[in-house]
Amino acid sequence: MTWIEKQRNILDYTLSSLFRRKGKNLALIGVYTCIVFFLASVMFFTYALKREAALILKDAPEMMVQRLLAGRHDLIPLDYGEMIQKIRGVESVKGRLWGYYFDPTNGANYTLMVNEKHFDSGSVIIGKGIEKNLPGDQFGTLPLKAQDGSYLFLKIKSTLSSDSELVSSDLILISETDFKKIFAIPEGYVTDLTVRVRNPKELTTIATKITQLLPDTRPILRDEILRTYDASFNWRGGLLLIILLGSILAFVILAWEKASGLSMEEKREIGILKAIGWETSDILLMKFWEGTVVSLSSFLLGVILAYLHIFFSSSVMFEPVLKGWAVLYPKFRLTPFIDFYQVVALLFLTVVPYTIATLIPSWRTATIDPDMVMRG
Amino acid sequence: MILHPAILALSIGSILISLMLILSAYFGLLILKKWDLKSGSEVQLSLERKTYLISTVMAYAFSFQVLSFFLFIYTADHLSPLFSGAMCAAGTLNVNRWGYPTFLLKMINFLFAGLWLIINYTDNRAYDYPLIKWKYGLLLFAVPLILAETIIQTSYFLGLHPDIITSCCGALFTPEKQGITSSLIALPRLPLEVLLYLGAGLSIGEGVVFYWKGKGGWLFTFTNGATLIVAALALISFICLYIYELPTHHCPFCILQSEYRYIGYPIYMTFLGSGVSGIGVGALMKARSIESLKEIAPRIQKRLVIFSLLCLTIFLIISGYQMAFSNLKMVF
Repeated sequence: MTWIEKQRNILDYTLSSLFRRKGKNLALIGVYTCIVFFLASVMFFTYALKREAALILKDAPEMMVQRLLAGRHDLIPLDYGEMIQKIRGVESVKGRLWGYYFDPTNGANYTLMVNEKHFDSGSVIIGKGIEKNLPGDQFGTLPLKAQDGSYLFLKIKSTLSSDSELVSSDLILISETDFKKIFAIPEGYVTDLTVRVRNPKELTTIATKITQLLPDTRPILRDEILRTYDASFNWRGGLLLIILLGSILAFVILAWEKASGLSMEEKREIGILKAIGWETSDILLMKFWEGTVVSLSSFLLGVILAYLHIFFSSSVMFEPVLKGWAVLYPKFRLTPFIDFYQVVALLFLTVVPYTIATLIPSWRTATIDPDMVMRG
Repeated sequence: MILHPAILALSIGSILISLMLILSAYFGLLILKKWDLKSGSEVQLSLERKTYLISTVMAYAFSFQVLSFFLFIYTADHLSPLFSGAMCAAGTLNVNRWGYPTFLLKMINFLFAGLWLIINYTDNRAYDYPLIKWKYGLLLFAVPLILAETIIQTSYFLGLHPDIITSCCGALFTPEKQGITSSLIALPRLPLEVLLYLGAGLSIGEGVVFYWKGKGGWLFTFTNGATLIVAALALISFICLYIYELPTHHCPFCILQSEYRYIGYPIYMTFLGSGVSGIGVGALMKARSIESLKEIAPRIQKRLVIFSLLCLTIFLIISGYQMAFSNLKMVF
């Protein structure tokens, strides 16, 4: 008998033996699938969010420069921009005007931003989230309260497309004059500066030069933002995984119990197998195939369910924990994406503990004395 | 520490495997002390049963070792954006002093676990377990190494704090810097190339002789081992350059990235595969003189030789192909 034939026969036998004890094995597979499902959901979700953040930041400027006053972010004079522009290697410096506006009527915070392409004062472009929550939007105007207590009624020109909803849900694009009127920003000042650099390798050098030239500023690199996102999503995902470790442990104990609590019938089965000439190593092989069948079915089932959960049902179970919370939260679907690497890590987190937990019980079963069992 | 799923997975797996191995080592010690095949006592019977547990544990430990080796490098690679200055695994491993020792230990332990399984396989084919003492001696030697790996790997992960400035591979593997790596890179190319192909030719020749005549097993093991060491040096010194098509990039980890079509994986696998089976040939030389293994050991050795040469040839073909069809042309 060739090697492959032998494996096939043992696998055949294992499957029929598993089917004979449907109830017990289905219960195990059920719990196993749940564990894989939870862990996989956490991993897929954090990974997809990380990718989303990276995609959004791809087009962000390489560097931002903020001015600090008493450790807080403050308005930065436009002269600073001219000084930075003179540093060798800097391609362009632009001032940005943006801020937050609290709207008491629906209890939400808006992000206001001056858009270069949006010049005509008296009108705005708004995000989908604002449109949905706007009371009296049939008038086609957005009332905003200015610094001096007066109201500005701005015409809603259009709404932003839903492609960018993740970032633009609470966004209002506004003209420079209106923005300055609302927040009373003095002339010659902007919220922060964005810097484009010709050679990305010079970024850190230029950042150092800026801090030397203008000690009251803080340059922030795009890579740093990305790294921070990565670290914080890792941390959130990891925290959930740590909590779920408790359930892995419980599952391991269950698997151990299931594997070592052999019924009389099973014992007799092993005894008969040995009596008709199976060796200990054959029984171990059978146990190996049994573990593989159980693990693979549960693993694949769990991964598929988690995939459906995250990418087709907007991850109902973990959303509030992992994503954060806001009034105008965008509705968005994550781009379905699975990395082979995640699957391997998941395999390590679930199948390895299961396999190790069943090792000793399988060995105990395999070394049962046929004589002892038969005599009963 | 970074709470990354792969880090948790690697740590949990290593700790569980280590626990199982401690148990195995304890049983191994009992076997070394009390093994007596002639006796039919209760103790001997239970020891014989325990050998099954140990070989199963080792088989799983070996598979884990193989997978965790690659998962470890991939994770290091994957985490590099978290450390400013690190561009691939080379930088991440350099974040603290435990990175490279973990990597080396993983490689060594892979060889040990593989060697143990080869000896165990041979030993189980004989009716009287002639290699039992030797086998469990080796186990007692390998288990502390795997435990050390677990401890060092854990310290490495615990010492990972994002955003530590580390040197990236560009800084680590450039000839200007003094140190072992830089002297590896500065190795003269032509002699190394000659040595590599000479060694490979000798290995293949000796392997063929051993296959037909059954002589020169040790010679084959040594030549094969030396060739693989030269191959590792050659990989860093010049083969990489052709893969990256950059005359200054010597990093042995970037080849594992998708930009280079994961070409590093077959290279590493064939390299390790040839190594473990080559050592296996030498390790079984002793078994040839044992009565009960007289027929079995040579047969297993022949298979090992074929496997080792196959891996070596694939390694040479991959690296040769990369060098021949690279857009980088270097003139000496």
